[in-house]
Amino acid sequence: MATPAEIAERVQAQFGTAVLETVLEGRLPHLVVEAGRLQEVCAFLRESPELKFDFLSAVAGVDLGEQLQAVYLLYSYAHHHAFTLKVNAPRDNPVVPTVSGIWPAADWHERETFDLMGIRFSGHPDLRRILLPEDWVGHPLRKDYKYPESYDGITLRRDEEDWPDPGAEALYK
Amino acid sequence: MSPLQTDIWTLNMGPQHPSTHGVIRFVLKTDGEIIADADPDVGFLHRGLEKIAELVPYPSFMPYTDRLDYLAAINMNWAWALSIERLAGIEVPPRAEHLRVITAELNRIASHLISVGALASDMGAFTPFVHALRDRERINDLFEELCGARLTFNYCRIGGVSLDAPPGWFDRVRGFLDYYEPMIDVFNRLITDNKIFVERLRRVAPVSAEMAIAYGLVGPNLRGSGVKFDLRKDEPYGIYPQLEFEVPVGRGYRDGVLGSCFDRYMVRIEELRQSIRIIRQCLDRIPEGEIQAKVPKVLRPAKGEVYCRTEAPRGEVGFYVISNGEKTPARVKIRTGSWSAMSIIRELSKGWMIADLVAIIGSLDVIAPEVDR
Repeated sequence: MATPAEIAERVQAQFGTAVLETVLEGRLPHLVVEAGRLQEVCAFLRESPELKFDFLSAVAGVDLGEQLQAVYLLYSYAHHHAFTLKVNAPRDNPVVPTVSGIWPAADWHERETFDLMGIRFSGHPDLRRILLPEDWVGHPLRKDYKYPESYDGITLRRDEEDWPDPGAEALYK
Repeated sequence: MSPLQTDIWTLNMGPQHPSTHGVIRFVLKTDGEIIADADPDVGFLHRGLEKIAELVPYPSFMPYTDRLDYLAAINMNWAWALSIERLAGIEVPPRAEHLRVITAELNRIASHLISVGALASDMGAFTPFVHALRDRERINDLFEELCGARLTFNYCRIGGVSLDAPPGWFDRVRGFLDYYEPMIDVFNRLITDNKIFVERLRRVAPVSAEMAIAYGLVGPNLRGSGVKFDLRKDEPYGIYPQLEFEVPVGRGYRDGVLGSCFDRYMVRIEELRQSIRIIRQCLDRIPEGEIQAKVPKVLRPAKGEVYCRTEAPRGEVGFYVISNGEKTPARVKIRTGSWSAMSIIRELSKGWMIADLVAIIGSLDVIAPEVDR
């Protein structure tokens, strides 16, 4: 078992400038790494005998405004320690390399993150929408997402004239 | 005589299919009865829970977590409550901790009953499912008495639980355990030792420990592959460190292959006994006192983030919550056990028969609302 500080130190020693930010205080110690070298860092975390992060819990997409962020929540069954990796991508062209070759579990997590947050994972074998229909427009978990007026001819907004709000009075009379 | 046609067929399974455990569709490519590819099509029950979480205050998200996994609503409630308690640094009174364990383990029994019963019914044995539902009904009655609901309990609160047990409730829980414990043996005689049932499962679709970890399997599915890991033991929360229980793992039961469908099934059967053991210990030692910590009416956790995972019946359920110090979260990501169980099916089902796919889905205990969220 290694402490977050030791894990961060090992990655720092191996990759130096690819580590953009180290956060060790708080409940979620993590590193922010350069998107271009994500695959190398992940392979190192997975293969290095002292770290051996064999389990990818989840990939989460976060909307930071000008940037989108992919968060990788990792755990090691071999050593029973956890760590988190983050990668930022510019909002106008959010591309992050895939890690599905390193953890097969990433396949579906990345598809979900693409579907809902719109981060594109380059090199992913099958990057399709997974939860929403194929012809859906937009990525709902982005903060600036606008709800569509209709989908496939079905109105998604309540028309007050046709379906007036009955109000609490009518419901409890 | 013309030769038999041996093309690959494309076949739809679901979204409405009796054995798919909710609204899930598979696009199968089959070579006769053999599956060449099974592409799961999920999302029919997507309700955008992660988006809703950003719109409602922290305590108001509790009823939505019921709908994450309606077979184990209290475990989901607890996972959400625990995440926010860690984020905001809230201490839970001991009586509430005990009530949480009692209800969560009762809910685990109810959920596993559905799982093992449905697997038997998928294999063509309908009676065990009825037996399982009969016993689950008693648990539902206990919950109804406790909090008024039979499925979506909305029982935990941030910093405690919503209601204390009514008079005599603990005795009735004890009565249920006394009734139910021998019923596991009855159930085993009925189906677990049934030769046809065993033969249909014990060598089907084994998952090695490496594959299970690589694909992110959790909970009973992971333990079925022989990995002894339980968040209640290995990353303890609540009062679990003070309680004694075993972590059952798969070991090639009934001369089968390690990690097969039957091992996953047996892990659940064994966990039923462990849950009973846990509840008995809690009933013996539950203290008097408060059931709710003092929590501000409008909760604004300090800026920060947390990833908190707990052991639900379908394995790790994790909430990744980011707070910006507002009364609503900035982002909530929900990681569930069924999601990874679903993602392994495509790889796992290759080369097995269509009838085995039903066994694979059933033994992985996939539940659609947890996949789709």
